[in-house]
Amino acid sequence: MASAEASSIAPTPLLKDELDIVIPTIRNLDFLEMWRPFFQPYHLIIVQDGDPSKVIKVPEGFDYELYNRNDINRILGPKASCISFKDSACRCFGYMVSKKKYIYTIDDDCFVAKDPSGKSINALEQHIKNLLCPSTPHFFNTLYDPYREGADFVRGYPFSLREGAKTAVSHGLWLNIPDYDAPTQLVKPRERNTRYVDMVLTIPKGTLFPMCGMNLAFDRELIGPAMYFGLMGDGQPIGRYDDMWAGWCVKVICDHLGLGVKTGLPYIWHSKASNPFVNLKKEYKGIFWQEEIIPFFQSAVLPKECTSVQQCYLELSKQVKEKLSKVDPYFDKLADAMVTWIDAWDELNTEGASAKLSNGKA
Amino acid sequence: MSQANIMDDEVDIVIGALHSDLTTFMNEWRPVFSQFHLIIVKDPDLSGEIQIPEGFNVDVYTRSDIDRVVGSSTSILFSGYSCRYFGYLMSRKKYVISIDDDCIPAKDNEGSLVDIVAQHITNLITPATPFFFNTLYDPYRKGADFVRGYPFSLREGVTCALSCGLWLNLADYDAPTQALKPELRNSRYVDAVLTVPVRAMLPLSGINIAFDRELVGPALIPALKLAGEGKFRWETMEDIWSGMCVKVISDHMGLGVKSGLPYVWRNERGNAIESLKKEWEGVKLMEEVVPFFQAVRLPRSAVTAEDCVVELAKIVKEQLGQSNPMFVRAAEAMVEWIKVWKAVQSG
Repeated sequence: MASAEASSIAPTPLLKDELDIVIPTIRNLDFLEMWRPFFQPYHLIIVQDGDPSKVIKVPEGFDYELYNRNDINRILGPKASCISFKDSACRCFGYMVSKKKYIYTIDDDCFVAKDPSGKSINALEQHIKNLLCPSTPHFFNTLYDPYREGADFVRGYPFSLREGAKTAVSHGLWLNIPDYDAPTQLVKPRERNTRYVDMVLTIPKGTLFPMCGMNLAFDRELIGPAMYFGLMGDGQPIGRYDDMWAGWCVKVICDHLGLGVKTGLPYIWHSKASNPFVNLKKEYKGIFWQEEIIPFFQSAVLPKECTSVQQCYLELSKQVKEKLSKVDPYFDKLADAMVTWIDAWDELNTEGASAKLSNGKA
Repeated sequence: MSQANIMDDEVDIVIGALHSDLTTFMNEWRPVFSQFHLIIVKDPDLSGEIQIPEGFNVDVYTRSDIDRVVGSSTSILFSGYSCRYFGYLMSRKKYVISIDDDCIPAKDNEGSLVDIVAQHITNLITPATPFFFNTLYDPYRKGADFVRGYPFSLREGVTCALSCGLWLNLADYDAPTQALKPELRNSRYVDAVLTVPVRAMLPLSGINIAFDRELVGPALIPALKLAGEGKFRWETMEDIWSGMCVKVISDHMGLGVKSGLPYVWRNERGNAIESLKKEWEGVKLMEEVVPFFQAVRLPRSAVTAEDCVVELAKIVKEQLGQSNPMFVRAAEAMVEWIKVWKAVQSG
């Protein structure tokens, strides 16, 4: 049975010194006002996309560091080529420079949602609960998260699997504007997600999913190097597949390393529907490419010798180069960028690396 | 396609009666069941006449029917909770819905009575999506769809063969869990149906299920009998075993299995501590059973559900049979079941 009974009664720890909130933005950070009661105790890492000469105002009272493109270029030098420009994929720079164990990333058009009782949802608290509680990737529990208060493992669930696995990722969902692709948006422009599904569940080992970066938390120490959001935006043939790409890499690596990925609660309120015609242009190639990409990831096997995330990721990049380059030369570039990302990650995250990171704005 | 298109004559509701007085049970379910044909199978070990109220279209089968159809040496397959499988055998309908006789209709979050037939049928007639996980769960539900990043070639889905519902109040916990947390009751109504991904195994409870009998009927098997099997779910594993077989076979045949809605309300019954004192065997067995089912692969030559069961029985005997004679008996029961199934279907 679930042994986490004590922690389900005790309050969720704030983890304010162990978690960074990474926010990519090109417009403004007005949305932070609504999140203030929940976010204020935490350190923010703002990644400013687009024109670096624009000044992004951060609301008073938040502790933050802000990086624009000039900072990214200065800190990474030639390796900055792996960080996307004019795409929210640039947010992964924030993961790289963070010094914390946990990351929560949220889009600037996501607001506080309400649960069915009308109470405001503290999304960050739920993500922390999800990350601190084990996952159950090896066997599906029909009552979903067995560690939740009021639930447990069902009859037939082997006791030897009830300790669960460490949770690497907590994938939250969205009320109001759902995360649909452009074709679906065009066909159903008015559809809104109004269904509050009161569950968290572990995505089984061996199963892939579309990971959305709008409301996402992860254990940076467990899986950080795999959270590269790819080459998107300016100068790239594709957009709106950054989080998807990261999610497929992350899931293959988590499955290999025995880590868990959860999805479900918490919900945020997604307020802005992006333009479906613009989206279609960005996604167009992706819609065809994903037909090849998915079988690639579904059949990807990592050798036993790959025991660290970086090793797994570099191995994946080799396989991407071998098997996906024939789909489009873009994947050759992407494979190279994956290697550059790991180089940059290791450079910034080894001893003595923090001296490099001063930025102009904090 | 709305479930109104499913004619009442495509559905059978099968109830294994472990209690003889079903009056309250049937009256509680009257709003949901009265338009359908019911098959009630009396546990052969149960004494006394079955009592059913008026106004139902029902066929009742008892020990003598079981003996007549399968022979008294085979009728042992159908004792206790497994009596319901005889009902599956007797059914001639495409869809079967089966629940335990200690369940009554639940209410959803809005306070409306849950129509389990409508929901199970909806689950069975809409496609399943086992090859890729949709983060908004069932993409065919009103108000939902496939999310960004879901490959288009997988959006047709596959046929759903089995729908596994859930339970409010007394959830399907094992005896140790319920004994340790005697106050634990399930009050969370999770408004979702989802496809259990291919190769993901799960403990498929028999308390509230529905299936496409034409596709997977033979794969629901009364095979695993605990030595001390009793008349409470805490003292059985037959459905868990059957469920693993169905999942492996569905995965092999490219069919889907869904879990989630509908909920039933499961009444208080029995004492977990008493069951625990009596029966620990089932819990121990799962340690071997689960890794076996996770790894088992059926040969390509097995195309129908019947073929799959026969092949699976062979592998069970070879691999699990080494460690425990109970699995040898289960493998033999599986083969026996298919013989009986084929005989009844053709007869």
